[in-house]
Amino acid sequence: MKLTSFVQDRQLTLMLRGEIDHHSAREIMGAISAKVDEYLPLRCILDFEEVRFMDSSGIAVVLHTLRRMNSLQGKLLLQNIPPQPYKVLRTAGIEKLTIMKEECTQ
Amino acid sequence: MKGENYMHLEFPSRSTNEAFARSAVASFAAQLDPTLDELGDIKTAVSEAVTNCIVHAYPEELGPIILKARILPEHVLDITVKDRGCGIADVEQARKPMFTTGGEERSGMGITIMESFMTEFRIHSTVNKGTTVHMKRKILPRGGSK
Repeated sequence: MKLTSFVQDRQLTLMLRGEIDHHSAREIMGAISAKVDEYLPLRCILDFEEVRFMDSSGIAVVLHTLRRMNSLQGKLLLQNIPPQPYKVLRTAGIEKLTIMKEECTQ
Repeated sequence: MKGENYMHLEFPSRSTNEAFARSAVASFAAQLDPTLDELGDIKTAVSEAVTNCIVHAYPEELGPIILKARILPEHVLDITVKDRGCGIADVEQARKPMFTTGGEERSGMGITIMESFMTEFRIHSTVNKGTTVHMKRKILPRGGSK
């Protein structure tokens, strides 16, 4: 997965793209960790707008990022989540652990 | 729709086949004219079932995964995912949300998602013989031609 990122005022935005499943999850986690370690943000935003499919492997990706941000005493925010990934995240109760901004329409 | 239709697939437990399996079932299900939401639910459930075979049934080696889908009367899609892997010793424990033996890369939500996204979900497992997951999803008929 190509991960586009931008940083402003210690806020790191990561644009996820494509399909998140077990096959791709390890690479995505590695890419996110590398960016977080590089910039040590206070706020990390995962943007799901370009995610075409996500299964429960995506929950593990979010939890992995959440643990990393907690260890930095930072915040994690999820945004622009299409309906299919949104439903998967809701099933896991992710909205109780982090901030899920608006659900975007496809 | 009159009559039944079915498909059978067998492929090795390579993780690259997760996308192939869910796309194949989605293509097969297209004849039921599902909504995007229904298709999303079906693809998610198939992805979870196939991932479980790859991660848990054959943890150390590659093995066969058998994927079957059938169209039943009343717009029902019937899906079976079967492996000949190590089996699950305690199925009730495996069904619990957030329970996983898969480490940090897994969330333990696979079975919970299959149960909640599909109309019917059954799992049968025998240690050292394999696991079969059986799922049904009713596709609500939409207006217009059937």
